[in-house]
Amino acid sequence: MAIFLNKDSKVIVQGMTGATGMKHTKLMLADGTNIVGGVNPRKAGTTVDFEGTEVPVFGSVAEAMEKTGANVSVLFVPPAFAKAAVVEAIDAEIPLAVVITEGIAVHDSAAFWAYATAKGNKTRIIGPNCPGLITPGQSNAGIIPGDITKPGKIGLVSKSGTLTYQMMYELRDIGFTSAVGIGGDPVIGTTHIDALEAFEADPDTELIVMIGEIGGDAEERAADFIAKNVTKPVVGYVAGFTAPEGKTMGHAGAIVSGSSGTAQAKKEALEAAGVKVGKTPTETAKLAREILNAK
Amino acid sequence: MDLFEYQARDLFAKHGVPVLAGEVIDTPEAAREATERLGGKSVVKAQVKVGGRGKAGGVKLAATPDEAVARATDILGMDIKGHTVHKVMIAETAPEILEEYYVSYLLDRTNRTFLAMASVAGGMDIEQVAEETPEKLAKVPVNANEGVTIEKAREIVALAQFPAEVAEKVAEVLVTLWATFIAEDALLVEVNPLAKVANGDVIALDGKVSLDENAEFRQPGHEEFVDHAAANPLEAAAKAKNLNYVKLDGEVGIIGNGAGLVMSTLDVVAYAGENHGGVKPANFLDIGGGASAAVMANGLEIILGDPDVKSVFVNVFGGITACDEVANGIVQALQLLADRGEAVTKPLVVRLDGNNAELGRKILSDANHPLVQRVDTMDGAADKAAELAAAK
Repeated sequence: MAIFLNKDSKVIVQGMTGATGMKHTKLMLADGTNIVGGVNPRKAGTTVDFEGTEVPVFGSVAEAMEKTGANVSVLFVPPAFAKAAVVEAIDAEIPLAVVITEGIAVHDSAAFWAYATAKGNKTRIIGPNCPGLITPGQSNAGIIPGDITKPGKIGLVSKSGTLTYQMMYELRDIGFTSAVGIGGDPVIGTTHIDALEAFEADPDTELIVMIGEIGGDAEERAADFIAKNVTKPVVGYVAGFTAPEGKTMGHAGAIVSGSSGTAQAKKEALEAAGVKVGKTPTETAKLAREILNAK
Repeated sequence: MDLFEYQARDLFAKHGVPVLAGEVIDTPEAAREATERLGGKSVVKAQVKVGGRGKAGGVKLAATPDEAVARATDILGMDIKGHTVHKVMIAETAPEILEEYYVSYLLDRTNRTFLAMASVAGGMDIEQVAEETPEKLAKVPVNANEGVTIEKAREIVALAQFPAEVAEKVAEVLVTLWATFIAEDALLVEVNPLAKVANGDVIALDGKVSLDENAEFRQPGHEEFVDHAAANPLEAAAKAKNLNYVKLDGEVGIIGNGAGLVMSTLDVVAYAGENHGGVKPANFLDIGGGASAAVMANGLEIILGDPDVKSVFVNVFGGITACDEVANGIVQALQLLADRGEAVTKPLVVRLDGNNAELGRKILSDANHPLVQRVDTMDGAADKAAELAAAK
């Protein structure tokens, strides 16, 4: 089992014919992802050869879905065009849109989120500014390196890409059901809570690792959700204890504003909800290992 | 990017928010002419990006042009909460202020929507109002795709219980303020106070604007708001090289790949530093996923150029870019710096993990650079870097 993505997922790539799209489509294919098409209205009707795999290019998401039965789109569209591409995916009602693009203006992400909501949230949006998600051994939708871990029993949800990789690597002997990078922007689609809920319902996930960072109150709300709704053990990590107030630390959303959004407050909220929080990524992995070994 | 008051004022004026006349100057003498242009009296206002200017003596009334020069002399160069005053705004004096209100739009991250906030209790710190008298602060979600029409503005005004005689005027301000928020890709537009003055007008007397740097691609005019004078020279140099760098006040230089991993590296170094005389991270520097040797060299150059740095911790997790490529990047970067005539004199601790870690470590060992030490765990490497910084 897995969450959001599995071996039956049929994936299209919006922005496949750009340099980043080409590079990662090739990697996703190498990882066994069932990529059924790309989208680019100017190259519709052509095909792209990825070392022997011919991937057709369609004029729109709707056309790609109609012709291939695609149910996942991964977006590598540049920031200036990302809003239109996400709106197109929402209009086509594709069940899952994974927005990798970094640097989308927040007015654009707020607008496509409002649009998705007005349309009844038929499309789950992951990201933007995220590494995507992977269900090891089944499918990889995004830029997470596929070969650092294996299928297993841990579910992982994280705001950060490289910390996702670090954690997957530290716990590679145990392996993962799915790992979801939800992104470091101020406005994102899928939240920690959405992933926690899905992992709680996934029978193969025995433990959940949740990685947060400074900015906003998503971790505090996740802590509240865990206290009320999650029966599986959760291990947490929060980055940014040393971040100064008012400075954006790499991710557009990673900023402490006044006294809000601090790592300390997030850690305390998670611990109050019974989550064991590691001081470093390595210690967090150790906590997860201890809990699973004691089972 | 937070703006100065005068820049906010200009944007408000551009989109029709009522403001008073004013101009920004940076020498005391210029206060005279500016005040003369305003009819002989003015308010001299320190331009700093921090609250509490008034209490700190950074806002003064001048009854004559001479007095304006004297006040500008006092205020220019003043330190307000660690911010040096380089510019003052010479503003038109307001007619008698009868009441002070508050209005703003901002991003509500929690609810993934925009939020209008309005209060009849303006002129003071709005966080204080929110805490002490939350019933006096109306918070109204604004749908990004519907925006603030005059009807929506009236709804906000009614919820905030503005007095009837100013309700329509405040609603009009809310519509123009929304235009500012949208057209300028702002994360925050705030008017505090929005004043009701003696002739019944409603005027924005002070304001804050924060702009979204991710929108720069469609906001070419925003370039002029960048405060080059105030930027830390290392941060400015890093920005010129497209590096994601933040200067901090410690001694251990940090380079890593990925924002989350670098933030985590800072924390791990700070913890390690507790055992080594309290050394701390000197900076945040994310060189990104597929960093080339040139990017690594640029990053090292910035960090080695920081006189506060005593040791450097390069913390890389090899994902898509495998560790052997990263190791080659580090070796080439050191060579590149040597070729540029920049002697590397500070010890480097390198931790490589992830894909092809063994191969990457071997490349570093073979290169055998006298200042480079390999430590293969993040926590261990942080400890070594802290130890080296403390020993210097």
